[in-house]
Amino acid sequence: MLKNYEELSDMHIDVLREIGNIGAGNAATALATILDEKVEISLPIVKITDFDTAVRALGGAESMTVGVLVNFFGEANGMIMFLLKMEDAKTILSILLRDFEEENDDEDEISELKLSAIREIGNILGSSYINSIATLTGLQINLSVPYIAIDMAGALMSVPIIEFGAVGDKIMFIEEIFSGSENDLKSNVIMFAQIDTLKLIMERLGLEI
Amino acid sequence: MSQTLVVGISDYVVSKNPNVLVTYALGSCVGICLYDSRLQIGGLSHIMLPDSSQFAHQEINRMKFADTAIVDMVKEMLRLGCDLHRLTAKIAGGAKMFQVQPGSQIGSIGDRNVDSVKQVLNSLQIPILAEETRQNYGRTVYFDLSTGIMRVHSLNKKIAEV
Repeated sequence: MLKNYEELSDMHIDVLREIGNIGAGNAATALATILDEKVEISLPIVKITDFDTAVRALGGAESMTVGVLVNFFGEANGMIMFLLKMEDAKTILSILLRDFEEENDDEDEISELKLSAIREIGNILGSSYINSIATLTGLQINLSVPYIAIDMAGALMSVPIIEFGAVGDKIMFIEEIFSGSENDLKSNVIMFAQIDTLKLIMERLGLEI
Repeated sequence: MSQTLVVGISDYVVSKNPNVLVTYALGSCVGICLYDSRLQIGGLSHIMLPDSSQFAHQEINRMKFADTAIVDMVKEMLRLGCDLHRLTAKIAGGAKMFQVQPGSQIGSIGDRNVDSVKQVLNSLQIPILAEETRQNYGRTVYFDLSTGIMRVHSLNKKIAEV
């Protein structure tokens, strides 16, 4: 009986990685459309890792990070969080909003317009992943509206772990590099699914668990 | 020489003057600083969840839950010679990081963590001298065991010392 993420076999992790790949592919297409720029993605690195390692990958617990959280529910339950370092968020925004004249922002302040742009990108990326799961498994999955927060990486990342605290201390951490014409952006996605959901996904894909 | 000891998530550390305990980036988690001012011994616990009872049928990490972590940390302090009647508490954290829609099943855990911590401390009759809790931002807590002062850092906010 699968109780937590630690017990996933290599084959299960491969399946999650493949879901990550497809999700990232969809996400790159969506990003290219909104940014009106050719966007390529690296092969995503999918890790089942502990909290501290994931936080370190984001530049440490206290580094200022933009997080967009989407809750999914229905036949599959969990959360997906899209995380961007503050400086990468600003790069995306400068491309996305290049046709807007905006007053110079304070170093650490982001205007409402920019916040909602980032929220929308997080939403599109999050939906891309969930879509890939829904398409592969045929599960009916609903999404909440996206929620955004800008704060310490550790404080943001603890949210899904806490909400699904019974599943253990490991998280699924996806790292990918989006390359545009001029800039490389590293984004991170944390996926946290209820253990029943994980089982259901594996079953639908024909894997014993 | 003073050492800075890091307390991870779902973890606690007990030490004494002149050391400093630190736990980084509390979101809806709560940091609990307990102090015996006579012995200058203190502990810092970083809990994630309010209550272990719903997980009673499985093996749990006792340091993850408010009810078990505080009791265990107090026991460890008593073993080092602390007096329960001298212990005082300062707490921080329990934020709501994302402003979710009202009625959503997520988002209330910070409040429940703070409530549970207070209830456990109350049942042990440990007075809470100060708190920097709830609201909507992450916090890093430094607990100086030479003075018993808890220093709370957050991004874009002033440092609070209590």
